[in-house]
Amino acid sequence: MASYQDYLLHLADNALILGQRNAEWCGHGPILEEDLALANNSLDLIGQARLLYQHVANVRRDGKSSEDLLAFFRDVPDFRNYTLLELPHRTAILPTASGDRDYAVTMARNFLYSALMVQVWGALAASTDAQLAAIASKSLKEVQYHLRHAHDWVLRMGDGTPESQRRMQAAVDYLMPFTQEFWTPSAMETAAVATGAGVDVAAFKAEWDAMVSDTLQSATLKPPANSGFVTSGKHGVHSEHLGFVLAEMQSLARAHPEAVW
Amino acid sequence: MSTSALKDWPLWEVFVRIKQGLEHKHCGSLHASDAPHALQMARDVYTRRQEGVSIWVVPSRSITASAPEDKDVMFEPAADKIYRHPTFYEIPDEVGHM
Repeated sequence: MASYQDYLLHLADNALILGQRNAEWCGHGPILEEDLALANNSLDLIGQARLLYQHVANVRRDGKSSEDLLAFFRDVPDFRNYTLLELPHRTAILPTASGDRDYAVTMARNFLYSALMVQVWGALAASTDAQLAAIASKSLKEVQYHLRHAHDWVLRMGDGTPESQRRMQAAVDYLMPFTQEFWTPSAMETAAVATGAGVDVAAFKAEWDAMVSDTLQSATLKPPANSGFVTSGKHGVHSEHLGFVLAEMQSLARAHPEAVW
Repeated sequence: MSTSALKDWPLWEVFVRIKQGLEHKHCGSLHASDAPHALQMARDVYTRRQEGVSIWVVPSRSITASAPEDKDVMFEPAADKIYRHPTFYEIPDEVGHM
């Protein structure tokens, strides 16, 4: 049964999981300035997730739900984020040491997601849910900066050295198929659109396609052919990677439930 | 953290205006490949705690600086000429702070 809470959780989980992935660069950034930029991005995203989880907890009114419970005490099938956002920062199956992370993957993903979210948050600012509309207005400014930052790196790396071009092309080839999930509506999205609280993401496809193809062209990159493959993270069916993300993110809260500091 | 990029990227001086009406103040420097890049990095490094409303970046090589070894010649002669400070005038109270 699709509920409006699931729709809010979808938006929240997207922000939280990408925020957690971006935070993995903290202390490992390629240069100090990018290390800080990614931490800034991450805190923006986690801040969006917090507001949305608080909103879900208020909607539930069961006196038990809280942002911490929603973030740290749900398991893989409960998470409704796009599969794209849980993927590791590398284009091939390799050891997972921090040194194997590829910044091109991080930037390409932030670009593809932010290019969608400037549309989504822009439209949700007119949501019939006043609280969601307020969260959207705040998030829009943040994601506009994320888009500018990531877009800039896609251009610089794509139209850069042969090595940076090779890596950014590999990142685009790797990630683009996962964006098909954006355009296939789920029951929770359709229900939220019907009430006027949600927005129809598929309506943004033409604009998203135009922005992405313009950027790739300027960056001397080619989009991969559409394979017809569609991931299902927003339905709670995830890749093997989300379990590892949650294990790291949730272990502290689960070891010390209700700890405060 | 790798510093290989720093060898190739020029240095930029960063100036931040804290609020409308105040001057831009020098707050540090960073390495970046070009001006937009420097501006973006300056935003992330120097204004993330609401330190500013405007940023300037200037290529460090565009700044002509006095040499430290010229310090005595350039600045010491001013040290014993306190009469150059307008501190010997009675300022009427109505003027207030100057």
